[in-house]
Amino acid sequence: MVRRQSTFRSIFGTHLPVLAIVFFALGPYIWMALTSFTPQDHLLQTGVALDPQNWTAANYERLVGRTDFPINMVHSFIVAIGTVVLGLSLSVTAAYAFSRFRFPGRRVLMIKFLVINMFPVVLLILPLFVIMRRLGLLDTHAALIIANATVAIPFSVWMMTSYINSIPRSLDEAAMIDGCSRLGALRKVILPLILPGIIATGIYIFITSWNEYLYALTLGGRNVRTITVAIQTLIGEYQIEWGLLTAGGVLGAMPATLLFLLIQKRLISGLTQGAVKG
Amino acid sequence: MVRLPLRKLVSIMSSAASTIPHGRRRSREGFSIFPYVLLTPAVLVTLLIVFLPMAEAIFLSFHDYVVWRPADRAFIWFGNFIAAFQDEVFWISFWNTLLWIGITIPAQALLGLITAILLNRDFFWRPLARALIIIPWALPSVVIALMWRWIYDANYGVLNDILFRLGIMQSSFPWLADPDTALYAIILTLTWQGFPFFAVMILAGLQSIPKSYYEAAAIDGASNWQQFRNITLPGIAGVLGTAILLRTIWVANSIDVIYVMTGGGPGYATHTLPLYAFIEARSSLNFGYGSALAVIFTLMLTGLVLVYLSRVNRTLD
Repeated sequence: MVRRQSTFRSIFGTHLPVLAIVFFALGPYIWMALTSFTPQDHLLQTGVALDPQNWTAANYERLVGRTDFPINMVHSFIVAIGTVVLGLSLSVTAAYAFSRFRFPGRRVLMIKFLVINMFPVVLLILPLFVIMRRLGLLDTHAALIIANATVAIPFSVWMMTSYINSIPRSLDEAAMIDGCSRLGALRKVILPLILPGIIATGIYIFITSWNEYLYALTLGGRNVRTITVAIQTLIGEYQIEWGLLTAGGVLGAMPATLLFLLIQKRLISGLTQGAVKG
Repeated sequence: MVRLPLRKLVSIMSSAASTIPHGRRRSREGFSIFPYVLLTPAVLVTLLIVFLPMAEAIFLSFHDYVVWRPADRAFIWFGNFIAAFQDEVFWISFWNTLLWIGITIPAQALLGLITAILLNRDFFWRPLARALIIIPWALPSVVIALMWRWIYDANYGVLNDILFRLGIMQSSFPWLADPDTALYAIILTLTWQGFPFFAVMILAGLQSIPKSYYEAAAIDGASNWQQFRNITLPGIAGVLGTAILLRTIWVANSIDVIYVMTGGGPGYATHTLPLYAFIEARSSLNFGYGSALAVIFTLMLTGLVLVYLSRVNRTLD
């Protein structure tokens, strides 16, 4: 009797509510995916095809064959990789300094990096446009990489600092007693240990750069048109061809979604560590 | 002479030996320029790409500056700011921003809290559920805007279809094209986008509460509600506060989803302050006025940012 009551409770108290939330979280995405497999005339006559027998890859073929979507993906890829390289290369040494040294100005500088992520995008986007125009950088990969780095650098400095903090100081000290310099200790001892953290941070920067839209729209657009801008342009051009539009949405979101699932555990532990302490 | 056991003596000596050079080394490093050398690249680059543009924005906000006629850029003191406070659209955007944050954040927090409590229970597919629930967080905002436009679509949208089949509505309704519902439709979208963040943060908070607290409370006969009020809520208060602050700042700043979903329309129904600044610059190319709007909005956020920074500052050592 007691056991039956507890299965009853676990079904209605846990499994069904969780299922409902999962459904709410995934529903819109699944609906988009289903739409993208539905042939255009089927969509207009009877709506979204729920039966796999009616599915087709026609929307994807049209998207890849008739629009610039593959080129847009290449642009997004270049921008995202560039941002990852710039963000990571600048932040590792900075994070090591924050983690291992106590020096005058440390707090102020750490806060400086934190406060950057609080600035409204609009406050930066207008002057960046003016500056890039002055430098003749509008519509280049460099402009988008620089703009994305405004977010990526501070984020990765903070993530790296928390990863390096989790590695005992005694390891650097042991390496230095064995004759390593500070930089040697960083390179030979710390770097290999935080490599998983570096990869997770890099992937997160990749995701946010891939997903970024406003900078890409304002500073790029013609020659350098990233996937997000391309999707928005599709919405304007193919108003009611939802099959094609949703195919673009699925394809455009694919890299970021897969990478996110890959690193979610490590990323979340890095992100929440600071918050739980605070 | 007090005789100490040998082992204890050795341990005292070795600890003394290890603290003295350790302390000297630390104090020497305190005055070394090495950490500054390590920090220089990151600090310089951020000064150049973040703080310089910010200064430029403030500079622009004091000017009458339209991008396609850069020759007559005139310094007009607080002209743009005065104009903003007399601008009807500014006030519409201001109230929209308040309404929008005032509903979105509590909705995200509440849904996140419920999700976190459920995910904190032990069931066999918990890792899968947790991974699936955070997917909205990973999606590009343009794709989010696209799929919700499709859901809200007046002719073929699934929302109208469901409401029609349930007998709630007799005819289709243009959710995003009607000024009375557009803002709320976007609020639902943003709630959906943001609740996984709350769920993840609150879950981390829940997992830091020792199980023994609940066991002790149960032995003392505390009800579920009492346990929630007196153990769970205080246990996650810190995380919840941080998450609400961060999220408020981010949601207030974010304009991409609105921009793609409605472009601020119909009329000014979904204008928020940062969006108005962006549209003013992008469509009217009025960068002086747009920058002034951005600066005003940033000043409004400053209070929240300061609260957040002071919370973080306590944990920096």
